Amino acid sequence: MKKLTHWAVSALTAFSVTAATNVMAEDSPVPDTVNFTVPFGVGGGTDVWARFMAPNLTSHIDGEPTIVIKNQPGGGSLTGTNLFYKRAKDDGSSIIGTSASTLFPYMLGDKRVRFKLDDWTPILASPTGGVVYVQPDLGVESSKDVGKLLDQQLKLASQGPTRLELPILIALDLLGADVKPVFGMKSRGAGRLAFERGEATIDFQTSSAYIRNVKGLVEANKAVPVFSVGVMNNEGNIVRDPAFPDIPTFEEAYYTVHGKQPSGMQYDVYRKFLAAGFAFQKVIFVPSDAPSDVLAAYNKGVREMIKDPKFKAEAAVQIGPYQNAVGLDIATYLSDAVTISPEMYTWIADWLKAEFNYKL
Amino acid sequence: MSVFFSAFDQVMSVMHLSYLMLGVVIGLVVGIIPGLGGIAGMSLLLPFIYGMDPSVGLGMLMGLVAVVPTGDTFTSVLMGIPGSSSSQATVMDGFPLAKKGQAARALSAAFLSSMMGGVVGAIVLSVFILVARPVVLSFSSAELFMLTLLGLSVVASLSGGSIFKGLAACGIGLLVGTIGGAPATGDFRFTFDIDYLYDGIPLIVVGLGIFALPEIVSLLIRNKAIASEGNELGQGLGQGIKDVFKNLPLVGRSSFFGSLVGAIPGLGGSVVDWMTYSFAMSMSKDKSQFGNGEIKGVIAPESANNACSCGSMVPTILFGVPGSGSAAVFLGGMLLLGIQPGVSMVTTHLDLTYTIIWSLALANIIGALLCIFLTRPISLLTYIKFSVLAPIILTLILFAAYQATRSLGDFVALGGIALLGVMMKSANWPRPAFLIGFVLSAGAENYFFQSIQFYGDSWFSRPGVQIIGLLIVCGLFLPPLFKYLKKKKGDSNTPEPAVAHYSADIWIAMVFLLTGVVFAYQIWDEQMLTQAFPMMAIGLVVFSAAFVIYDFMKNRGLIASTTEVRQGLVYVAGFFVMSYLYFEIGFLVTTFVFTLLFIYFFAKGGVVKSLSISVGLLTFLIVMGRVMSVDYPEGLLDPYVLSVVNLI
Repeated sequence: MKKLTHWAVSALTAFSVTAATNVMAEDSPVPDTVNFTVPFGVGGGTDVWARFMAPNLTSHIDGEPTIVIKNQPGGGSLTGTNLFYKRAKDDGSSIIGTSASTLFPYMLGDKRVRFKLDDWTPILASPTGGVVYVQPDLGVESSKDVGKLLDQQLKLASQGPTRLELPILIALDLLGADVKPVFGMKSRGAGRLAFERGEATIDFQTSSAYIRNVKGLVEANKAVPVFSVGVMNNEGNIVRDPAFPDIPTFEEAYYTVHGKQPSGMQYDVYRKFLAAGFAFQKVIFVPSDAPSDVLAAYNKGVREMIKDPKFKAEAAVQIGPYQNAVGLDIATYLSDAVTISPEMYTWIADWLKAEFNYKL
Repeated sequence: MSVFFSAFDQVMSVMHLSYLMLGVVIGLVVGIIPGLGGIAGMSLLLPFIYGMDPSVGLGMLMGLVAVVPTGDTFTSVLMGIPGSSSSQATVMDGFPLAKKGQAARALSAAFLSSMMGGVVGAIVLSVFILVARPVVLSFSSAELFMLTLLGLSVVASLSGGSIFKGLAACGIGLLVGTIGGAPATGDFRFTFDIDYLYDGIPLIVVGLGIFALPEIVSLLIRNKAIASEGNELGQGLGQGIKDVFKNLPLVGRSSFFGSLVGAIPGLGGSVVDWMTYSFAMSMSKDKSQFGNGEIKGVIAPESANNACSCGSMVPTILFGVPGSGSAAVFLGGMLLLGIQPGVSMVTTHLDLTYTIIWSLALANIIGALLCIFLTRPISLLTYIKFSVLAPIILTLILFAAYQATRSLGDFVALGGIALLGVMMKSANWPRPAFLIGFVLSAGAENYFFQSIQFYGDSWFSRPGVQIIGLLIVCGLFLPPLFKYLKKKKGDSNTPEPAVAHYSADIWIAMVFLLTGVVFAYQIWDEQMLTQAFPMMAIGLVVFSAAFVIYDFMKNRGLIASTTEVRQGLVYVAGFFVMSYLYFEIGFLVTTFVFTLLFIYFFAKGGVVKSLSISVGLLTFLIVMGRVMSVDYPEGLLDPYVLSVVNLI
């Protein structure tokens, strides 16, 4: 019955489309209207990112499809992503934009996750960086004094044990800092407010939020940056973030304290979540079932888009001075980033249990 | 000062004014349609906004954000449907006024006080924004926790006759509010492995279930027009305006309070209407009319909610942390316009800030005037036989609820809460107490643990905490004290209303008790931080429910029979069936068929009437779907309808 319905609908739609748009001779494989699912509410970070991308995508994809943004918030993006997995059309007219909070539950085996990332093709990934900063009264005057953080208890206002702060919490623990996270913040912005109120003594923001809201605090001597998470270069090494060339990376901070490079299981897990949460912070996916010429058209479109100087200039303001990743290789990198080995899974499960009494 | 006037000049330009008007009109439309709110309006505006001149774009955004709490008054007053969370308290007295045939009076009073609230809010904002930063930062988690307590203390005055019924209802509200992730640990509670419950039940669903559906059920049972007492409509309009001028101090107080509460991030505007409602009540000499159609009960929350949406601009503009849902939308719009919130908004970009404030005041005035203009024709709705309106209202409610998370769960949760609502309404249990408990639950728990973790035991020695604590104590104990002194003097003219006991009391108390036990069993094994708060709520429920049962047993002779409860439950069962059909068969098809049959057979509306109403409703839904990209449950048959529509 379902098949029959589907057939009848597509026949009717096909008829209606041919009847109505016969005149449109534009030979583009991408459908005229594309539904862009954003599994977050209007006005949030991912929504603003998607709304920035949508018109740029339209003007670079052949046939200039109309892109309609559909917000489907809930479950920290899992509700909307699950629904997309269930309902997305396989003709390329449905695409989705995800965020770190979509990937982390997937990696941690959250039982609410009903989608499989392998069934989707990523066409664009927007990376971000992030900076950890502390209150000036902790005795840390610059990032060189990072060692002084280790002999005091630090409070970090966090959204929850498995949210975007996860790699930061792992990193600080690796560094040897005694961090006591206070969970239940509504957003990273609420966490920053707790820092500004003086409740939290250490905080962390992604690049755009740091530039927007924390730089001013640093200039007014109300915050001291300690380290950034850095960016990965082409050789796969973490180097200083181009947005914050003066702030050392976590690896440098670790070296300052311990006199050697970080290594071992905990560092591997950190790198894993860092890649998923920051290098692939926002990703646009198209279901892989879509016809290959549609996927090719999307890929061609985003390639042209990221070369466009106008886009580059605007993107630097909107999402930071990072190179958006496109092309077929991001699929490989992404699937590598979100695959967790059983040993790593056991480690993170034990760590979450021991640190925060959180059961995976 | 020159910035102040140059911004004014800017606002008054034709370009700015016309975009502001566009924002206002869209804001009114999405405000009137329940369940949409600013977020849907925003998605309409956003395509325009990208790349617009910031000051013009801000005007349009502001027009939208400012008038949503004005427009939603229509459904609150006329149909008892709280259009958004900010107009729930308006339902309490607005709808009874409509039932008395005074819809026009309630509406015009509401709109005028909205306008004044908005303007007062804008004035407060224009001064406050310059000094707000340290004030806002001084509200730490400890003070925010005390503010949620202040909100909860309102339950005492809203409980009417029986304080234990109020406490039990509030406790159940708190408990239902804990469904979902525990803020302090991230553990999930009371989800019963149902995906829908992981996020908790959405506020709009709870509001519709506890207020709107029970009202509709009881109207259906009586099946007359909403306005059962005849009244000259024309007089109402002027009367409402006079009412507002008579209560100017109340408007001033409520607006001032509203704008301050809005300015504190974290509390949000969802309780400010209830707080001002209860203040209005405790300040009045004659409390008997509250809940039965007291105009002050409309004026106070309406002045407060518009002022609150002005106030919520403070944290949005200064900190980039939105103070409410619509402020979040506004923040998104600001970012798209390329305006960065933060301190620079009061230093280098003060002109933009004043553009926002002037637009806010102007949008409030224009919005309220438009609404007053519309009041008379729209109030006529209350004179239509209710069974004709019922399918339209039902569709609107389902439509509103489905926008919450777009799943069948919204309908099921709506029905479940409505069950509770019907029982509570018929036995005169205070439904606002339930809602307030629900709304404040997450905040109370979250801020309590946060303040303990941040400050340890020293949190209650903070001066802010002590000041708010003093306010709570005064609010709780002064009114009874005055009453007592008055009684002693012997000049009590108004006889104490007899505390009525209803036969359904025992059932409701038993249901509460059972819920408490089941929830306690569910959470027994969890870690301390996860179970502490729900356990407190359970304790409150069990204790007060037990007291209600005890009281019931003691007064066995005085029990009034409960009205309409059995019929009501049958209707709710019918609702479950209908909402299932809406979901499975398809929202559009079911709306059409159900409306047609219902009006033809049940309301005996004739062929022309039933056809035209059902076609009209269908057209409305399709247009909404197209223009605002709203989704409906597609079900089995809707795809066919949609493909036919696509042909046209």
